[in-house]
Amino acid sequence: MAQMTMIQAITDALRVELKKDENVLVFGEDVGQNGGVFRATEGLQKEFGEDRVFDTPLAESGIGGLAIGLALQGYRPVPEIQFFGFVYEVIDSISGQMARMRYRSGGTQTAPITVRSPFGGGVHTPELHADSLEGLMAQQPGLKVVIPSTPYDAKGLLISAIRDNDPVIYLEHMKLYRSFRGEVPEGEYTIEIGKADVKREGKDVTIVTYGAMVHASLKAAEELEKNGIDVEVIDLRTVSPIDMETILESVKKTNRVVVVQEAQRQAGIAANVVAEIQERAILHLEAPVLRVTAPDTVYPFSEAEEVWLPNYNDIIEKVNTVVNF
Amino acid sequence: MKHVLESVESQFEMFQILNEDGEVVNKDDMPNLSDDELKELMRRMVYTRILDQRSIALNRQGRLGFYAPTAGQEASQLGSHFALEKDDFILPGYRDVPQLIWHGLPLYQAFLFSKGHFHGNQMPEGVHALPPQIIIGAQYVQAAGVGLGLKMRGKKAVAITYTGDGGTSQGDFYEGMNFAGAYGAHNIFIVQNNGFAISVPREKQTAAKTLAQKAVAAGIEGLQVDGMDVLAVYAATKHARERAIAGEGPMLIETITYRYGPHTMAGDDPTRYRSADLDSEWEKKDPLVRFRKFLEGKNLWSEEAENEVIDKAKEDIKEAIKKADQYPKQKVTDFISNMFETLPNNLVEQMEEYKAKESK
Repeated sequence: MAQMTMIQAITDALRVELKKDENVLVFGEDVGQNGGVFRATEGLQKEFGEDRVFDTPLAESGIGGLAIGLALQGYRPVPEIQFFGFVYEVIDSISGQMARMRYRSGGTQTAPITVRSPFGGGVHTPELHADSLEGLMAQQPGLKVVIPSTPYDAKGLLISAIRDNDPVIYLEHMKLYRSFRGEVPEGEYTIEIGKADVKREGKDVTIVTYGAMVHASLKAAEELEKNGIDVEVIDLRTVSPIDMETILESVKKTNRVVVVQEAQRQAGIAANVVAEIQERAILHLEAPVLRVTAPDTVYPFSEAEEVWLPNYNDIIEKVNTVVNF
Repeated sequence: MKHVLESVESQFEMFQILNEDGEVVNKDDMPNLSDDELKELMRRMVYTRILDQRSIALNRQGRLGFYAPTAGQEASQLGSHFALEKDDFILPGYRDVPQLIWHGLPLYQAFLFSKGHFHGNQMPEGVHALPPQIIIGAQYVQAAGVGLGLKMRGKKAVAITYTGDGGTSQGDFYEGMNFAGAYGAHNIFIVQNNGFAISVPREKQTAAKTLAQKAVAAGIEGLQVDGMDVLAVYAATKHARERAIAGEGPMLIETITYRYGPHTMAGDDPTRYRSADLDSEWEKKDPLVRFRKFLEGKNLWSEEAENEVIDKAKEDIKEAIKKADQYPKQKVTDFISNMFETLPNNLVEQMEEYKAKESK
């Protein structure tokens, strides 16, 4: 099996699907000749031609609309929004239009579109590049929202997203693009959207998380193990819909939960997970479900990212709180 | 330093074939339509005028819901549609229900759209169109995608989309034309300039002298057309369609028109922003009056012919509204079914919950 970075796994998934299905189209700002600002589409235009992998004018709303129109002609568009902070420019095309296509047409028209976009903190970008806006997307009925944390998951989930007959928002944490390599099988394989993955088994406390915080949580779990606390880490992988089955199974075992997200505290994914757990498993809980999140400010200026982003020390502190409750 | 605005704007002249008296003022561009086709065009305009009158009445009786009146705009709507083929794809705005009907959407479904029933949005097999768009301009960017798709599929078909004068102020208006231009997509962009975006007059939308000239910035052709002259609108759209399919690029057509009625039937009062003088000035340009005179001059139309269309329209409407009224009511479980191809767990649970509620 090949060792790949997450960005290589993403490119590989795009290549597999471009090869397999001639209706798959990959496009966006700088994705053609340049291969994307992060090189996610490196070499794809050369391999599949300008009709399949192409540059667009610099207009996010136009990219979203283009994807919808191409989907109406039977294509399977995979548009890239260069940074997810730019999603505000295309929120009507995504939330107002593609998310509602099947519903508003009474099931007669669909939008099998995968919107790929980099997001996430820790790489010192300018404003509106790093924000975690998955909560906004998760609130929109009609969208699935996927956030991989490993190269293996990234490839399998992206292939599933492209094959899905409904729109999928596929968010790629920039910090994870090249930070480590992992085993990635060659060729095609899929990972079911909507299924979480237990990244570390444990019996004392459950951490529910996703994206880059999976790795902060795993690091915290290692530290906590030294103090005799055995932590289970669940990687949601899909933040809409949430895999409550996997979460509840773990909660019933550990009876203690901390939910960790990089996004701000208000509303959002963690709040939803907490609400679902207390509705379905309150009698299994030995402590309140706590959250580790960023504060409710606008995303910080890049020099101050480290003091703002949640880190493994914050996670250790909250795990200790639920253990000692 | 050379200023070009004045010279560019001055080149946008209104394209016309019939004047207000139904006389041909432009023989060169006269479309090649048979007598039967000319009569059919008139028939559709009369039918649609009756449909508008009856829809307004049905709305007042509470039998229809959301309705955007169309009277005054028949030449713009039906003249442009008459230049299309069955394979062409329509992306309408909310006032563009007549084009959908003439493209194949059954009348009872148009009524269901008005009443707020999703079956009104279910285009029958072979009717290439989206349901009417509510967000102003959103259909323009989608049209670029459909137009590019048609080009890439090698189809001899176009994507045609409609907005109003207000829509030209939206970013999506420009983005749609710009994308279509950059890709040489098969597109026709229509702006029905009826002078008012709800209440805001055209002059307050933009400093541009014409809306057609906005095409220039996107590098595509733009044409201003007399939107009360059905032959001019037809000829312009036909020309745009041929160009698009031949790979000569998309085109923007601004039709100068007027809506006699309110913006919608949801409480808009046009007397707050339009004078009676302006209304009567435009009624003199009426597309039906003008085309009727033209046809009568050719002995192709009569009061009898007109009454026949009116009776047929009334009869169809009566049947269609009855069918719409009797159509099964919507249930929450219908909505849940229409969210995804495969329901995620949260909706599976909610489906069970609402199935139980609905069976009580």
